[in-house]
Amino acid sequence: MSANGRHRFAMYWAASCGGCDISVINLHDAILDLAEHFDIVFWPAIMDAKYADVEAMPDGSIDLTLFSGGIRNTENAELARLLRRKSNILVAFGSCATEGCIPGLANLTTTGALLDLVYEGPTMDNPDHVRPVSRTIVPEGELHLPALGALLQTLDQIVEVDYRVPGCPPETERIAEVLGLFDAALDGKATLPIRGSVLGAGHSTVCDECRRDRGIKHITQFTRLQELPPLDPGLCLLEQGIPCNGPATRDGCGAKCPLAGAPCIGCYGPADGVVDFGARLLSAFASVVDASEPAEIDRILDGLPDPVGQFYRFSLAGSLLRGSRAVRTSTAPAPAIQGAGR
Amino acid sequence: MTRLTIDPITRLEGHGKIEIFLDDHGDVERTYFQVPELRGFESFCVGRPVEEMPTLTNRICGVCPEAHHLAAAKAADAVYGVDPPRPAKLLRELLYCAFFVTDHTTHFYALGGPDVIVGPDAPIADRNILGVIRKVGLEFGSRVIETRRGGHRVIELIGGRRVHPCTSVPGGLTKGITPDERDEIEGIARSMLDFAGVSLDTFDRVMTDGPTRDLVLGDLFRHETYYAGLVDDEGRVALYDGRVRVVAPDGERLGTYAPAEYRDWIAEHVEPWTYLTFPYLRQIGWKGFVDGKDSGVYCVGPLGRLNTATGMATPRAQEAYERYFATLAPPVDGRRQLVHQRGASHWARLIEMLYAAERMLELLADPDITSDDVRTVTTQTPTEGVGTVEAPRGTLTHHYWTDERGILTKVNLIVGTTNNHAPIAMSIDRAARGLIRAGVVVDNGLLDRIEMAFRSYDPCFGCATHSLPGHMPLEVTIRNVQGDTIDVLRRDD
Repeated sequence: MSANGRHRFAMYWAASCGGCDISVINLHDAILDLAEHFDIVFWPAIMDAKYADVEAMPDGSIDLTLFSGGIRNTENAELARLLRRKSNILVAFGSCATEGCIPGLANLTTTGALLDLVYEGPTMDNPDHVRPVSRTIVPEGELHLPALGALLQTLDQIVEVDYRVPGCPPETERIAEVLGLFDAALDGKATLPIRGSVLGAGHSTVCDECRRDRGIKHITQFTRLQELPPLDPGLCLLEQGIPCNGPATRDGCGAKCPLAGAPCIGCYGPADGVVDFGARLLSAFASVVDASEPAEIDRILDGLPDPVGQFYRFSLAGSLLRGSRAVRTSTAPAPAIQGAGR
Repeated sequence: MTRLTIDPITRLEGHGKIEIFLDDHGDVERTYFQVPELRGFESFCVGRPVEEMPTLTNRICGVCPEAHHLAAAKAADAVYGVDPPRPAKLLRELLYCAFFVTDHTTHFYALGGPDVIVGPDAPIADRNILGVIRKVGLEFGSRVIETRRGGHRVIELIGGRRVHPCTSVPGGLTKGITPDERDEIEGIARSMLDFAGVSLDTFDRVMTDGPTRDLVLGDLFRHETYYAGLVDDEGRVALYDGRVRVVAPDGERLGTYAPAEYRDWIAEHVEPWTYLTFPYLRQIGWKGFVDGKDSGVYCVGPLGRLNTATGMATPRAQEAYERYFATLAPPVDGRRQLVHQRGASHWARLIEMLYAAERMLELLADPDITSDDVRTVTTQTPTEGVGTVEAPRGTLTHHYWTDERGILTKVNLIVGTTNNHAPIAMSIDRAARGLIRAGVVVDNGLLDRIEMAFRSYDPCFGCATHSLPGHMPLEVTIRNVQGDTIDVLRRDD
């Protein structure tokens, strides 16, 4: 806690798009409340980032850090370790930090192949097949670049994480709830759930907060949205043959995409108790396939043109498929809060 | 030789880095601007179904997802050879204009604008949104917040979500809007139009200050480059759809091309010391980091758009456009002149804000805007397509190739800020040369000027790294020939 009685707050982006920060900034005038309860000690999106100042802070002196973005290079990893050391509560904030998000699909290829595609692209004037390298000799001296890691990793593959807030990005209303909870807990007026818990989301699935009508699902084929005439605005998208990730995805977003006529793409990550998002979604899809003959099942599943993207669009980096990760559930108590209740 | 390293304080974030080499006299020998990060969307989008590109490429940038969403949707339309129904095009453009007002508001009041509104010589502690509110008044400050809130509400009503919209698909949109929603958007648009007008008046007021005037009109960041931007059939600024026009530094028109022909016009230069490429005009050629008519370097964004177009398509914006050119680049011997001062981008941005708000009201007055006919079913075999929009920071092009099932086999992206990569590097070099001469002590003025150079472009390295526009916190390390650190300068607050 700062001398003025406010809690010390930090937010950081590693390999991210900045959307998580925008979603916090979209608190609009409520962001002034945030400033009333928290001293913002480090937040590159909105203030001068003084990294050296963070280094100078005593370990554990930041009450709450929201960490967004995946770990794409050694620099991202160093900041993750530094902020873990300086923070009492470290939150993996948003899909990139919790699961890897869309940039995690890079783990389907090698870093070398990725660079080849980018720097031999259709508009590249690159007859000498130049690639960015970590060390270049120029006439005036030497230039350095950080090298990309072999994989994009999630925050909990690098450091221990206290809580997770899912979403791409987390919805602003959920962020307000999470900040309210931490504020109360840091004041000793609320109790935090066990370490490792998911905050800012529900405990069920997107289907449960979707207002579209659900009957008994029997899918005889999956179809792509652009090939179908106007959809029934009130009926479950999956029942209309659109692969919708709602059955495996955690609720909390307000089911905005399906209610706007677009399938859930799974950005809130796996629902409670699901270890691997893709495996759960596969079994959810399999359970609605109305066929018993293997050939018929194959035909129906062929309607999913990109299985790995469908099942692991946001969660590949954090999945069981590639790379190791720490066990996500824990029975450890909530982090101790210094000065709580005073 | 002495080396100066200007690293973001966030060098561990890896957003941008500048190396300045001095010669034996202590003058600048060469400046290198490095972008040290890459995520590689061109690679991992391969294998994905093309209809997912509007939502996948949103995640390139959380600051301007609307631009990627719509460039991707247009490219996907083209892949299927499908023409969305008129109401869908009107709604996409309506969303896009609301986004432009919102994004330009953020930049002018929170990011780059403080240099202009509070003044370049004000203490750095005042050159932020709080200093702006002190200058323009708390009441007006709350209108800034209201405008952003309204913009995101429009984006949610049409796009389904406030960040990373989800409703654009090949052939159109997944939903339309109701008459009630139309009325709500109209209220927001009227308020935005009023806000844009007041913003231009505010700009006029602060422009009477000497230092601000020098910043906007002065030659510190003047580069005579080519310019590119989308124009409509009558050659006026277009944001959602049009043809790309390219003009030479002397105002002569190099040509106008359909977005699908972009490969005949644009090529990208690769350097081993940065992850970000340097686009240039193919027929002029890459001549390095120099301006002038013989160099293929071109500039996009508000400055580029107003220079390439011959006017604005709405009345109040047209009036503002005429005043802008009469003030900054009056005709010589009856010949039209271009605006080359990078600081003028702030002014150009406000004119575009006014245009986008006026255009919203035109679109809302169209009876088709509440039609349910918002999607055309695809019937053709998907192949290849290009989609181009004007992102706030410049021309944004998505190009997709697919197999016969519409699965991506190749992706090419040329994003707004990347077009400006060479001009940004040149402005940084100019700032360094202007402040470092024959051993003159480098002080924080260098950092300030370099930040201003960045901010006038409103760079969104979110599309290349992930720094919010204009935020490039800096630290300068001065090393001697042996590479030992002899001083560290940091931008103080």
